[in-house]
Amino acid sequence: MGRVISRPEKNKIYYKQVINEIETLGINSIGIVIIISIFMGAVITLQTRYNLENPLIPLYLIGLTARDTMLLEFSSTIVGLILAGKVGSNIASEIGHMRITEQIDALEIMGVNSASYLVLPKVIAAVIFNPILTLISMFVGVFGGWLASVATGALSSMDYIYGIQYWFVPFYITYSLVKTVVFAIIITTVPAYFGYYVKGGALEVGRASTKGVVTSSILILLFNVILTQLLLA
Amino acid sequence: MIRVEHVSKSFNNEQVLHDISVSFDEGKTNLIIGQSGSGKTVLVKCIIGLHEVDEGSIYFHNRNLVTMTVKERQLLRREMGKLFQGGALFDSLTVEDNIKFPLDMFSTLTTGEKKNRVDFCLDRVHLPKAHKLFPAELSGGMQKRAAIARAIVQNPKYLLCDEPNSGLDPITAIVIDNLISDITHEFNMTTIINTHDMNSVMEIGEKVMFIYEGLKDWEGTKDDILDSTDKNLNEFVFASNLAKKIKEKM
Repeated sequence: MGRVISRPEKNKIYYKQVINEIETLGINSIGIVIIISIFMGAVITLQTRYNLENPLIPLYLIGLTARDTMLLEFSSTIVGLILAGKVGSNIASEIGHMRITEQIDALEIMGVNSASYLVLPKVIAAVIFNPILTLISMFVGVFGGWLASVATGALSSMDYIYGIQYWFVPFYITYSLVKTVVFAIIITTVPAYFGYYVKGGALEVGRASTKGVVTSSILILLFNVILTQLLLA
Repeated sequence: MIRVEHVSKSFNNEQVLHDISVSFDEGKTNLIIGQSGSGKTVLVKCIIGLHEVDEGSIYFHNRNLVTMTVKERQLLRREMGKLFQGGALFDSLTVEDNIKFPLDMFSTLTTGEKKNRVDFCLDRVHLPKAHKLFPAELSGGMQKRAAIARAIVQNPKYLLCDEPNSGLDPITAIVIDNLISDITHEFNMTTIINTHDMNSVMEIGEKVMFIYEGLKDWEGTKDDILDSTDKNLNEFVFASNLAKKIKEKM
């Protein structure tokens, strides 16, 4: 970790790398985040509606439930887990492949700090862009809930919109973004570690990729509990 | 000049190198030969500093690699070029960007100067039109030549080659050998080539060291090899039926 966060040899090269990684790890993930968030927002809304049989509970609370579920948990943690699978396996296999084909040794021989050159731009890119993905997920998820309400007639557009505005706690967004930043560091560093230290051939790269995804997923769940306790208790 | 003094290295209590001492001369192609598993690659990796030695010293013109800090090693490595067995070109970069990479990273050259340097290196390895190709689009021989171009782009004092001919046909192998030899003489580099290809030895072996089971067993020139009475060396050099028949006719 010390080598990863050491001073870059040339800032211009690292800046270019960060831009590349924002595209690879961030922009290329927008599609999957939108698709999953819109459907999850819809499903949360419909399930809440169909399980809410008490006539004393106002229907606008369904909008509130969908909003808070997206804000508090889905857009940070579940999107984090999805990115751990998509981005984590990409990082572990890319770096693992570079290790077994001696490309990392080639960097070292040139006098480049390979750990920093390969990992730091990914960490910076994820820390910058994952919060944007989280915000996109929040908006799209809440929109998905509205779409499902209107399309199925489960509740009126007015009830839903009133619900998503009702008792809004802005700190929930801060809480979600703080979690996202921590998860971004986990998603990039853990698979990178497994890829960087891989030994052997293609089979071991595959194993490293799996280990990277599983370990980062477990760490995300663990840190989710810790951060919730620290920030919301 | 690179001087290796009393270097030993072991992995998990298994001794791989035993008290190796040898010097590699400037402006010459210095070959390390030996069977697979004899310790050649480990020795080269120790010389570069990718493996830490258990005992001994490695001097690059009187600068001891073993006692250097990480930063000092990084600076020393900028004086080295390394040709890896598989080329180790960066998959995501074109040939031009691969060769330009060390210049982008460490030099203060202008864009035009970098381009001229890349053109010169690609011409030197006879790949004048490969700029925009990706490594996956090159043949094995072309990948090796592109890797040589990258290794020499910063005018290194030391060139280390790990089995440069592996996977190449005999004619392409000789082209690569002669290219390395020519570049060594042209730029007065200290070149170390790790190989078990006897064609390479007889083609460019100005100084040859034979390693047997981690020990330095023999040292000489390519001309001395044929007259050597060293049993292990003879078994290695004349292992094939063709080589045995040639020896019988000599």
